Amino acid sequence: MTQLLLSFPSGWRLDIGTVIDDAINALSVNGQSFFSAIRDGVLWLLNVVEMGLTLIPWWLAIALVGLAGYFISKRIRTGILYAAMLFAIGLFGLWDLMLQTLTIVIVSVFFSLLFGFPIGILISMSRRAERIVRPILDLMQTLPAFVYLVPTIILFSVGKMPAVIATIIYSIVPIIRMTSHGIRNVDKEVVEASVSFGASRMQTLFKVQIPQALPTIMTGVNQTIMMAMSMVVTCALIGANGLGMEILVATNRMEVGQALLPGIAIVFLAILLDRLTQGLIKKEGGKQK
Amino acid sequence: MSDNDIILRVEHLSRLFGMNKSAAQKMIAEGAQKDEIYKKTGVTVAVNDVSFKVRRGEIFVLIGLSGSGKSTIVRCLNMLQRPSSGKILFEDTDISQFDKKELRDYRRQKIAMVFQSFGLMSHRDVLGNVAYGLEIKGVAKAQREEKAREMIKMVGLEGLESKNIGELSGGMRQRVGLARALANDPDILLMDEPFSALDPLVRRDMQFELLRIQQKMNKTIIFITHDIDEAFKLGQTVGIMRDGRLIQLDTPENMTANPADDYVKEFIESADKSRIFSASHIMMTPTCLVHLRDTGPIALKEMQKNGVSSAYVINNHLELMGVITQDGAISARREGKTVDQYMITDLPRVSPDTSINDLMPIAADARFPIAVIDEQNRFTGIISKAAVISSLL
Repeated sequence: MTQLLLSFPSGWRLDIGTVIDDAINALSVNGQSFFSAIRDGVLWLLNVVEMGLTLIPWWLAIALVGLAGYFISKRIRTGILYAAMLFAIGLFGLWDLMLQTLTIVIVSVFFSLLFGFPIGILISMSRRAERIVRPILDLMQTLPAFVYLVPTIILFSVGKMPAVIATIIYSIVPIIRMTSHGIRNVDKEVVEASVSFGASRMQTLFKVQIPQALPTIMTGVNQTIMMAMSMVVTCALIGANGLGMEILVATNRMEVGQALLPGIAIVFLAILLDRLTQGLIKKEGGKQK
Repeated sequence: MSDNDIILRVEHLSRLFGMNKSAAQKMIAEGAQKDEIYKKTGVTVAVNDVSFKVRRGEIFVLIGLSGSGKSTIVRCLNMLQRPSSGKILFEDTDISQFDKKELRDYRRQKIAMVFQSFGLMSHRDVLGNVAYGLEIKGVAKAQREEKAREMIKMVGLEGLESKNIGELSGGMRQRVGLARALANDPDILLMDEPFSALDPLVRRDMQFELLRIQQKMNKTIIFITHDIDEAFKLGQTVGIMRDGRLIQLDTPENMTANPADDYVKEFIESADKSRIFSASHIMMTPTCLVHLRDTGPIALKEMQKNGVSSAYVINNHLELMGVITQDGAISARREGKTVDQYMITDLPRVSPDTSINDLMPIAADARFPIAVIDEQNRFTGIISKAAVISSLL
């Protein structure tokens, strides 16, 4: 009797885990054609993007990044610094792996924006939609990534495909939140003015609310890109090739140097993506202010 | 007055905010006060049983302190807010019965609004903002831009079409707001405290501008303000609001002569206090100056440069000695003498704190602008006749 009060009774168990396992398995068997269709589509896009990236000669890529850096900061030093970062990745012997990683990031961000932007608009316009979506977003942000890595493997098998899915789940949240936040915070009188001229809901949305919210939305895009970058290493666990895989393998072999170089490469890539997109945002925002 | 002259009729309009509206309605019917209703039911009575008529072509002003319900009323007139009860008849059609499309057409064709903090879109330039209403209607680009340019010109912003909103001053922004509303060619112009965010001098400018535009376009204007001075200057009919009720509706003259209660009386008296303008508020810096020892040709050149026909003559200490006219300067040139031989010394002079009322008779007789002289006897400004008259508007 005292035992019952001191520790949680071992007999009280709700075995939901196996139920979910069965459900996922059933889903993978019954929905096989559906999931493989999605997989084929995404893999095709991954191939196209990777091919496109490999078609750009390395020197052109470095030159473009350097020019972009100069263009957004108006400082030659910044341009040279950005070009040097990309050059260093090449010197580390990680150029091709970097392209693979970048491919996953680009494709994941593409889908995140494709779905996240409309969802963000929807929850900015409807309180009910917001009440439903908000807890799901919280869940997606706090649930450890490993938990949903496994079901994505079951449904889409290993490789880049589940990596893209997991990255989308993780990185779609900021674009949804920032889109909705930006639209809700557009000056009330500006929206009222639009309505008072007889604008329909769609006219107000596309001619006033979205353009006015654009700086905030672009911050969301930047955040989404950064979140996608941060998933790269985790995705190596489910067989996604790239810089993350190098780190994973080197860590398993206790090779500190081999792990450090791809680590630095990821940091450089993240810095470049962040600064270049932020620079674009500032340019856009500067026009408005 | 025939019924045809009435463009808008508001009958027993009420607007409540909160959940338990029916209980609040009952308390209103029993004659409860706004505070009491809020305490018992949590419902805010923003507008309480307000009725008025607006004549075609008049400026109708609603005045009240913040929270008196005036902004809510004006938002009901274009259905930005739905009335809780009562009727709003535009040319005998109840606008609260409009379906979506009818309401849209009403907003597109009949009524336009100017906002307190302008409500302009920072992602568009001046032209894009002014053309917005027409764009919504589906007017072709060339046509709407032509109309927008015309309106921009009318509000005095010609040449600023491609400026960003952020580059404009407050007064200019509200001119854009006004042009945007007028571009739609509405029958009624709603103005929700349009000049409250502007500084006093710019505000007076804009009031004058509005009267000028009203003269030209003959719109019906419903104007909201908390400044009684502004209300009396602009309004042909003025309504005073308090706690959601319209407590007096009259012409400014009648309202001053017979205020309905002490509240109205106090409101009107507060205006007189705020209306003390002095010479220093309306004077301008003197531009066309010559020195005692200057010759005729120099004086003539100075006049020509400033586009005027007389120049003020000063000494080394910036004291005003007199005025030299064009004729005087020509004589000086002919005789080869300095201007002090030909200047007129008999000039109207006032101190900077002379009140406008005292300036009136001086301005009436003056041949030249009135000179303003400060305590150190320095010449600090001039006041034209036009400045005195426009300060009374």
